[in-house]
Amino acid sequence: MANSVPMALDGLGTFLDRRSDDLVQMTTEHLIVVAVSVGIATVLGVGIGLLVWDRNIGRSVAITTAAIILTIPSLALLAILSPLFGLGWGPTVVALVMYSLLPIIRNTVVGLREVPAHVLESARGMGMKPSTVLIRIQLPMAWPIILTGIRVATQLAIGIAAIGAYVAGPGLGQFIFRGLSSLGSKNALNYALSGTVGVVVLALVADAVFILITRYTTPRGLRA
Amino acid sequence: MPDHSNALFPSSATSPGGVSIELDSVTKTYPGQKVSAVEEFSMRIEPGELVMFVGPSGCGKTTTMKMVNRIIEPTSGSIRIDGQDVLGLSPHELRRHIGYVIQQIGLFPHMTIAENVATVPRLLGWSKQQIAARVEELLETVQLDPAEFANRYPRQLSGGQQQRAGVARALAADPPVMLMDEPFGATDPITREKLQSEFLRLQAEIGKTIIFVTHDFDEAVRLGDRIAVLSERSQVEQFDTPAAILAAPANEYVASFIGSGAALKRLALMPVGTVRLSGATGDLGGRPSIDPASTLRDALNLLVVTGAEAVDVIDPTGNRLGQLTHADISAALTQAGLSGSAVR
Repeated sequence: MANSVPMALDGLGTFLDRRSDDLVQMTTEHLIVVAVSVGIATVLGVGIGLLVWDRNIGRSVAITTAAIILTIPSLALLAILSPLFGLGWGPTVVALVMYSLLPIIRNTVVGLREVPAHVLESARGMGMKPSTVLIRIQLPMAWPIILTGIRVATQLAIGIAAIGAYVAGPGLGQFIFRGLSSLGSKNALNYALSGTVGVVVLALVADAVFILITRYTTPRGLRA
Repeated sequence: MPDHSNALFPSSATSPGGVSIELDSVTKTYPGQKVSAVEEFSMRIEPGELVMFVGPSGCGKTTTMKMVNRIIEPTSGSIRIDGQDVLGLSPHELRRHIGYVIQQIGLFPHMTIAENVATVPRLLGWSKQQIAARVEELLETVQLDPAEFANRYPRQLSGGQQQRAGVARALAADPPVMLMDEPFGATDPITREKLQSEFLRLQAEIGKTIIFVTHDFDEAVRLGDRIAVLSERSQVEQFDTPAAILAAPANEYVASFIGSGAALKRLALMPVGTVRLSGATGDLGGRPSIDPASTLRDALNLLVVTGAEAVDVIDPTGNRLGQLTHADISAALTQAGLSGSAVR
């Protein structure tokens, strides 16, 4: 038993060496599918947030719906989406967009609502139209909070994207599923392990990137 | 600068100062409330006049003011600025031509001071050069060095500096009318006094028509051309010059609002130079002396502090104009009381 772990790691070294091209490609695909999905979700989520932030009913409907979606197990959602969107990228992107909406909508709404009343009043008092107040005052002031929502959505999507392999979606999930389906074989653990570690590393890197984005896109007057 | 090409009120296109404001039976009733917040409020404010609305919290003074730029829509009545019915104008267009300063200032934290000040000119579509020139001019007007402050953010300014930036922003498009809601209320007493005197100097220069809401009667006396003392539902208890209100409060309510020391407050409004002096002949006995531009309150203060019988009034060139005794000061007060508002 004491020997089996170093032996397994020996095997991992050879495995990584041989599969490095695959690994790089899957990591890249994983990253792309997450970026595309979170990008779409950002446009949708911020848009929905801008529409509902000051409407009680609309706000409740939007946030509750997004919250319910998040409770659907990802395997189940993919199974439902597959007949509609086929296999591969289609259902994966749709599922990831749906899962990413909640943090983005909620943070957009919270951010827009957190702008102090006196700032809104002075904006209005100077003759800004409501849409101008929203775009020029509220949105920039809410941006750090919205960005936090996007960051959370990204973390969420990186994890869930791995399940996309169930419907032949792109990304590191393929390694994990290959490992699962070949349990007992020599490389089963290597597949699962490299896929999983890849996902974790990707998540850490994405978080670091978001720290930089936050630093460079937060208006200077709002930085602590 | 003053670019009046897009002036909203006719006479502000021809004269730089303020325009008249008329409120006629203005009423505000909030839905579901039996009692009006403001009831049948009527007032005419002359061009260039600084009118103070004074009253306790919740008396409706702020509501009344905010109906002028339609931040709050009146339930009934009419409001005319320069003869033009504001309820017939687009509220956004209207507000771009009315300066607005609130107690919390409401500077936009994500914009620099220059960008904040440029808000209304940008909405009005001024050119970049026009805006830049105007921002610089205004920051100098409110004594914020443009080189130092233009590119700072609001949070990098002290409370007093933020308040000045707020005033500059409200003045940006040279509006003929300004609405100010307790603009100095949140500052410490020393800063407030400084802001008040700067504000008086500024108003002497620009001559806007200003409605200024405060709950501080002393501030009203210090700044106002006329004071409207308001009670519940924004009822006007008295509307007159500070001197006249101090000399003859219309009723108990006004008297209670003035509080103690009405005579001292009146003395603070009377410059020494406007009073009949006694003992104009010789008799230089090394007494304390005072400038004719000082107020009778300063003179009385000097009398009390030094214990002298009289103070000499000496003008800046060294001429002795006469002297003031306790009796002279009392006489001046009685005289002013008889002639009503003459002293202001």
